[in-house]
Formats: sequence, structure tokens, C-alpha cells
Amino acid sequence: MLVDLPAPVLSNLRLSAHYNVVALEAPAIAHTGRPGQFVMVKPSPGFEPLLRRPFSIFEIVRDAAGGPVGVSILSKAIGITTRQIYSLAPGDTVQCLGPLGRAFSMPGAGQHAWMVAGGVGLAPFVTLAEALRGQGTKTTLFYGGRSREDLFYLELFEGLGVRLVLATEDGSRGERGRITVPLDRALGEARDLDVRLYACGPEPMLAAVAHLAARHGRACEVSVERVMGCGLGGCYSCVVPALDAGGRQHFVRSCVGGPVFDAASLVWE
Amino acid sequence: MIDLTTRVGPLTLVNPFIAASGCFGYGVEYKDVIALDRLGAVAVKGLFLAERQGHPPPRIVETPAGMLNAIGLQGIGVHRFVRERLPELRALGATVIVNICGSTLDEYVEVARVLSDQEGVAALELNISCPNIKEGGIQFGCSLTGTYDVVSAIRQVTRLPVVPKLTPNVTSVASFARAAEDAGADAISLVNTFLAMVIDVETRRPVLSNGMGGLSGPAIRPIAVRMVYECRREVKIPIIGMGGIASARDAIEFLLAGASAVQVGTANFVDPFIWERLITGLGEYMTRHGVSCVADLVGAAHATAVDPQCASS
Repeated sequence: MLVDLPAPVLSNLRLSAHYNVVALEAPAIAHTGRPGQFVMVKPSPGFEPLLRRPFSIFEIVRDAAGGPVGVSILSKAIGITTRQIYSLAPGDTVQCLGPLGRAFSMPGAGQHAWMVAGGVGLAPFVTLAEALRGQGTKTTLFYGGRSREDLFYLELFEGLGVRLVLATEDGSRGERGRITVPLDRALGEARDLDVRLYACGPEPMLAAVAHLAARHGRACEVSVERVMGCGLGGCYSCVVPALDAGGRQHFVRSCVGGPVFDAASLVWE
Repeated sequence: MIDLTTRVGPLTLVNPFIAASGCFGYGVEYKDVIALDRLGAVAVKGLFLAERQGHPPPRIVETPAGMLNAIGLQGIGVHRFVRERLPELRALGATVIVNICGSTLDEYVEVARVLSDQEGVAALELNISCPNIKEGGIQFGCSLTGTYDVVSAIRQVTRLPVVPKLTPNVTSVASFARAAEDAGADAISLVNTFLAMVIDVETRRPVLSNGMGGLSGPAIRPIAVRMVYECRREVKIPIIGMGGIASARDAIEFLLAGASAVQVGTANFVDPFIWERLITGLGEYMTRHGVSCVADLVGAAHATAVDPQCASS
């Protein structure tokens, strides 16, 4: 069920000079949120900034007994809202609306799940990896960043039994260059595997993954990030170009039609 | 006993709070957030005869205490609305105000005809004020004769209440209110957004794909209040006021300026659960001020009286 809560900040883990993870006490959202869904967050009251910002549910925060008590968000400080989020402290409250949007669909029995993340696009993959482990799916994370300082939570994924393939632009960790290069190679080598792709990250990376999925004949879901006004389908600002059943291009709202889309249903530049 | 009902010409609304067109989808998107029959009315997203794609993104950008939008009236067209959305709105008990658009006078008239045959449409709001599309709309809303012509043409083909939505992007909004009244409008709604622009100083280009967009949000509220106040002195027909309302207090300001009902748009993006707070807040204000009906607030800021009557009288 959709709720809007003044969610107390449980913790703020600063991962680097820009990245941080804020855990929010929001049991109602933690209970029903599914991998790929998002929350609309406003870290301060008032009109600057005016609107909320969308964030993927990064982790389900659990109490000692394992019960879901909240959600965390992965943020990169680049604008007013994300700078406010970077400076939050335990005890602050954040207005949090969710869970919202279309979740990832899960792979079938025998399918392998390959998750592809670029930078802050790691956000939806912790919850997905947990759900995949829950149903025994063999999972790989292809994860690219600028340098090794921009790659986070590797131990967490390893702890979930996820195989890691890393790439950095400066070559400081994993392969030098874009993550789509090892992905392309692996897809070529895995012709006998039934692989399902999941991608989240910068638009050019998503386009490249969508093209690779099409070329290798693999199912692929992408989680898109757009400037979003409301998160509920009211404002029509967060649209992406998509193809309808007749192959005609039209704009669909990523808040209610997504943020998770079948990559083949979108129009890639 | 506090009575929140309000009359807007032939319409009686359960309270003065209307979801603003373009800010509430087709209403059904919000059915899990608010029971739609709790609202005074729902003004659905603007409809042309045919479907429209709208502008490419980016379509919105934030500004201090406000936002610009240039959506470009993406929409499903009036026929799909009647087939796919109206039955559900009717089932949910919503009071539906349909915002109608046209590239030509004939298109406005045709859209009005289609809707006039439908059960569950309470009123037509004429969008003659969208700042974001080249053809239609604003070309009528920025010309006194254009406003008169489109209102009177629609007046002749429908028995539904006709409510032109006025643009603030003119020298004298009150003269457009006068033209609308002379043409037979049942009420007017104002204001639409203010034409504006944000430029990215790094790329040296406007942020919105459309270049310009319409400014809404708390930033415009005092200008909108002034315009409602001016129009209240110019015309007798009821006014639906809007522009940056984010609290019951803001809504009351519009009522005092002369609006019989108000629309809330941008604030619904920030807080989709705003409606119960608005309803409660108005009731508390009326109790505190010993006012039993909304009409007693309408126009009360004017030194010389304007004369709406209590809905229950």
C-alpha cells in the first residue's frame, strides 16, 4: 500500500565525498516494497527545493530479528536535494512516499540473472540480488564506475553469492573501460546459458546494454531515471519514448509505466 | 455547523478544493491516494479530439518556490477519455470538470459536443491559456475577440457549465474575464501558468526542450491573488481561483479575493495527501472566525461587497 511518512533517519553512511546511503525508518514501505520500486523523498520542508526526488529502494533495513523496519537510499550529491541528503543526521526526518512504480520481474527456474550497474545505478540491485538469492537464481553483477573509490558494497554482493565483474574508467579496479565491454564478451561466451539481463545506470550505458541484449537475443529489463515531478502519474514530466503494439512511438510515464521497462519496448537513440 | 459546500454558478461542490488540470492526470491515477468524491471536483488533463504526443523531455525544471513545465498537452484525446477513463471516474463518484483544448474553433466545438453527450461530466473548462503549444489555446486566450468567439461557440453547443481558464500573460486579465462573461461563460478559472524560461548557464541553452515553459507554484501566488481580486470587481460570474496554493491558508486568501472555489496543482505533486489537510484547515478557520458557510468568505477582502450566497440558502 502507498504511504507517505515523516521517516526518521536511522543512519547516514558517507561512502565518499559524494556518495552516501541514508537508512530511513519506514516499516510500511519496507514491508511492501519490491525490487526495482522507488520512493519519492523530500529531505527538508519548505519551497527550496519545491519537489521531491525519486530514489530506488536500495536496501530493506531490518531489525535484529530480521523484521523489515525501513528502507535505505543510495544518493550521489549533485544538486540541492542530494546535498541535503548527504548532510542528514540520525534523528532528522525525511518525507518519504512509496513504494512506487513497476518492479523487476523475476527470472524463471534455470535462468541466470545478470545485473548491469553503472555508478549510482547500483541502487536497485541489492534488493534484487536478495530476492534472486531467495529463489536460488545464479546471479552476476557487472558493475562499472569511474575508479575503484566509486565501487561500493562489493562484499555485500559477494556475501549474497553474486559473482562480480568489475570495470573502471581509470583501470584502478577490474577491467579498464566501460562495463559493457566485458558484458559483450561474456554474452558471446554464454550462448548455452539462459540469461536474463537487468540494467540501471547512465542513459548511454542503458542504450548499450539494450543493444547488446537485442544482438545476443536476451531478455533485458532496464530501470530508467528521469526528472520526475510527482511519482504518481499526475504531471507527465518523466516520460520516455516507447513503442506501442503497432510499433508507433509515444511517450510513457516512467513513474507509472516504469521505472522498470522491457528494454525492447523503449526507443534508444 | 460548518458547511464547506460552495456554489460555482450551476455547480454545487462538496468543498471548494478542485484538483487542477494538468496536475492530476485523469484523476484515476490518484484513486488510491484520495477518495475522489472527497474533492470538490477533479479537473482532468486537457483533451483535444485526437491523441497528442507532447514535447520531448526535459519537460519540467524547478525554480525558487516554483517550477516550469512544458509538457505540451500530451493526452489520450476525448474519445479514449470517454471510453477508458470516464466510466471509472463516474464509478468513483468524482465531480468531473473536463479541460478541453482545440487547435481551431471547430475542434473546441467538436470536443465540447462529444462530452456534452456523456453522463458524468459536470462542467467544461476551456483551455484557452496553455502557454506551451504553438497552435490553438493561447491564440484564443490572448485575444479578447478570440476569447469571446470560443466561449460563445461552445455556449451554443452545450448545456454543461462553461468555464474558460484565463491566462495571466496579458496586460489586463479583468478585460478577458469581461469578454468571457459577455460571451455567456458560467464561471471563469484563473490563472494558468506564467510564461517563463530557465537557462542552463553551463550549456548556455534553455533547460526545457520547448525553450519556454509555464511557471507555477508558491512563487506566483501573490500575483494570482491580485488577478482574482481584480476580476471579482469586473464580473458577476463566479471565479475558480488558482496559483501556488499549498495550504488551507493560501486557499482562503483566494476565497477572500473573490474565488468561489480553488484549484490546487503543483502542491499536489509535492504532497499528494494534501487534500484532507486543506479540508480540515478550512473548517478550522471557519470555526475560528465564526463563519458557517464558504460564501461568507468569498470576496470578503473587498471593501465594498460582492454578493455570493450560501450554497445551502
